[in-house]
Amino acid sequence: MIKNLKSSLILTVILILMFGVVYPLGIYTIGLVLPSNSVGSPIVRGGRTIGFENIGQSFTDDKYFWGRPSAVNYNAASTGGSNKGPTNPDYLAEVQARIDTFLVHNPGVKKDEIPSDLVTASGSGIDPNITPNSAYIQVKRIAVVRNLPEAHIKALVDQSIENTVLGMPVINVLKLNLKLDELK
Amino acid sequence: MEYLYSAIIILVTILLAVPLGRYISKVFKGEKTFLDLFEPLDKLIFKASGINPLAEMDWKQNLKALLTINLVWFIWIMFVLLTQRWHPFWNPDNMLSMEPTQAFNTAVSFVTNTNLQHYSGETGASYFSQLLALVFLQFVSAGTGIAALALLYKGLANRSTRNLGNFYYHLVRACTRILLPLSIVLALLLLLNQSPMTFKGSETIVTLQGDTVSVARGPVAAMVAIKQLGTNGGGFFGPNSTHPFENPNGITNAAENSAILLIPIAMVFALGYYLNRKKLSYIIMAVMSAGYLMLLIPTIVQETGGNPMITQMGIVQSQGSMEGKEARFGPVLSALWSISTTVTSNGSVNSMQDSFTALSGAFQMMGMQLNAFYGGVGVGFINMFIFMIIAVFISGLMVGRTPEFLGKKIEVREVKIAILVALLHPLLILGGTALASHTWMVTENPGEVLKWLNNPGFHGFSEMLYEFTSASANNGSGFEGLGDNTPFWNISAGVAMLLGRYIPIIGPIMIAGLLSQKKYIPESAGTLKLDSGMFGVMLFAVILIVGALLFIPALLLGPVSEYLTTIR
Repeated sequence: MIKNLKSSLILTVILILMFGVVYPLGIYTIGLVLPSNSVGSPIVRGGRTIGFENIGQSFTDDKYFWGRPSAVNYNAASTGGSNKGPTNPDYLAEVQARIDTFLVHNPGVKKDEIPSDLVTASGSGIDPNITPNSAYIQVKRIAVVRNLPEAHIKALVDQSIENTVLGMPVINVLKLNLKLDELK
Repeated sequence: MEYLYSAIIILVTILLAVPLGRYISKVFKGEKTFLDLFEPLDKLIFKASGINPLAEMDWKQNLKALLTINLVWFIWIMFVLLTQRWHPFWNPDNMLSMEPTQAFNTAVSFVTNTNLQHYSGETGASYFSQLLALVFLQFVSAGTGIAALALLYKGLANRSTRNLGNFYYHLVRACTRILLPLSIVLALLLLLNQSPMTFKGSETIVTLQGDTVSVARGPVAAMVAIKQLGTNGGGFFGPNSTHPFENPNGITNAAENSAILLIPIAMVFALGYYLNRKKLSYIIMAVMSAGYLMLLIPTIVQETGGNPMITQMGIVQSQGSMEGKEARFGPVLSALWSISTTVTSNGSVNSMQDSFTALSGAFQMMGMQLNAFYGGVGVGFINMFIFMIIAVFISGLMVGRTPEFLGKKIEVREVKIAILVALLHPLLILGGTALASHTWMVTENPGEVLKWLNNPGFHGFSEMLYEFTSASANNGSGFEGLGDNTPFWNISAGVAMLLGRYIPIIGPIMIAGLLSQKKYIPESAGTLKLDSGMFGVMLFAVILIVGALLFIPALLLGPVSEYLTTIR
C-alpha cells in the first residue's frame, strides 16, 4: 500500500509535467509559426483590433447585415446558447417576437420566407455566420438604407459565400459588413 | 451534401480504426511498434517512480494500484481548484477559487473521465487549472480506461494463471503511445484551422457597431484535441465545441467528430487482433454499429424536420431545427455529433442538446443509458463485455448447458457480478432522478427557491433525467439549461459519477481475474460460438431487453410526452 502510494505520487508528478506543461507548451511553440491563428485570428483596422474572424458580433443597425440571435447578446467573455426546450412557451414567444421585429425592419418580406437561422439563437451565442439565404433576404433593406443599388449588394453577398469542405455553405457576417462599409 | 459528409466521417473513422486497433493490440502485448522512440521515456518514468513495469500482478493488486493513483489525482485536482486565486502563473484573467461543492463535482468529473462541467471555462477556470489539472486528467483518466481494458483482454487470453499484467505499464503506455501522438496531430490540425493556442488573456475590443466586448481565449487547441480523443468531452469554453475557437469550421468538425469515435472503435478491432479472433470483433462491431445507426438515423430525421411548434408559426424550416445549432454545421452534422458523443461517453457538443427537438433528446439519452455502442475509451468495451457475459449466460440457460465464454466456464460468481454491474446504471439514473423530482415536488415554489429548471413541464423532467444519465454514464454532456451549480446537483451527480465509473471497472476486472484462472475447454459441437451471427443477434437483444427496457417508462414521461404535445 505504502509502496503503491509512493509510486503513485512520483508517477503523478511526472505525468502532470508531461501532459499539463510540456505537451501544451510544445503545441504553443509550434503555434508560434502561425502567429495570427494562435491568438485567435484578429482583424486589425488602423492598428486597432476590431474583431476576430470567427467570433460573431452583435449587429442590430439596419445598415448592417444582422447575424443570428444570441442568448448571451454576443458576449464573447461568457458564451452559451439559450438551452430552451422546443416546446417552452416563453421561448416560442421569443421566437415570435423575433419574427415580428424582422418583418417590421424588412418590409416586403413574407413570413414564410424568413430562414429559421435568423429567428433561432446559436449554440455558442457568438456564431459568426448566417446561411446565404439569410443574407439575401436582407439585401433589399440594406440597399434602401444605404441608398445603393440592390444588385451591388447582392453581388457582394454572392462573393462572400464560403464553401468550406465538410461544412455548410455560410457567410461570415462581420467580414461581409466590413466589405459593405468599404462599398461607396 | 451534409449526408455525404456524415457518411464520409463515419467510414473514414472505421478505416482509420482498423490499423489503429492492430497497433493498440501490439501496444497491449508489448510488441515492437514504429513509435518505440518513446521507449527511453517510458523507462525513465518507471525508473523514477520505482515501478517495475514487467512485474505481473493479479486482479486485486492491479485494482489497488488503479484506485490508489486515481485517489491521488482526485486530491491534486481538488487542491488546484480550491486554490485558484493564488495560482502563481497562467491566470491572466484572475479567476477566483471554486466553491467547495463545485470543486468536488469538477474533480470527480475529470478523474472519472466524465467531464460534466458545472463551471464555465471562460469564467471559472484559470489557464493553470485548465492545463495542470484538467488537461492532465483528460490524458490519465482516458489512460486508466485503456489500461483497465488491457487487463481485461489479458484475462480473456490467459489460461490457468492469476496474472493480468501490470496496470502502471499499461497506463503510461496508453498515454505516451496512443493518446499523446494522436493528440499532437489533432491539435496541429486545429491550429492550422484557426483554433487559438495562446497564454494571452482575453482581449477587449470595440466592435464594428461600437459595442465594447471582451473576447475570452487561451490555450484551446491542445485541450480540444485530448478532450475528443480521450472521450473526455470537457471543453475549454462553456458551450464546448459550438464555440468557434474550439471548432472553427467543417474540417475541424469532421476531425473532432471522427476523434470522438476513433479509439472506442479501434478497441473493438484491437480485441480481434489481441485474441486472434477477428470474426468476433466484426460481430461486436456490427452490433455496436447497428445500435449507433438505430439512434442516429431517427435523430437526423427529427432535426431536419424542424421544430413543429415553429412550423406552426408560419416559418418554413427548410434548413431544419436551428435553435442551439451553429450555421456552419446545420442540423445533420449536429445530429451526427450529438449521437456520436452520447454513445461514446464523450459528452462534448457542437450544438445544444437541450434545444434539440423532443424525440432526439430520447435518442441521446438512450445512447448513454445503453452506454455500450462503441462507448468510452476502454470502458466502452468493458460495458459491452458485461452484456456479452449476460448474453452467454441466457443462451446457456436456453439450451440447458453450462455457459462458456471463449473457452471458459461462466459460473454463478461471474454472472452475479455481471448482473450487479448491469443493474447499477439504471439504479443510479432512475434513483437519482426520482430523488431530484421528489425534492422538486416537496419544495414550495421550487422555481423561485431551487431555480433548477430552465424549461417547464415534460422538458424540465427531461433535464433532470438527462443529468443523472450523463453522470452515471460518465458522459458529461448536459441539458445545460439545468441550473446544476448547486450543492444538491454538485454532490448527487458527483456520487453518481464515482459509482458509475469505478463499479463497472472493478466488476469486469474481477470477472477477468476469475476467468483467467480457469482451465481452457476446447470448443465442442454444443458450444455457443461467439463469432457467429446468431450470437450477434442474441447480444443485441440482450442489450435492448436488459439495458433499454428499464428506461422506457422514464423516457415516456420526459421526451416522448413532450413530443406528443407537439402533434396537433
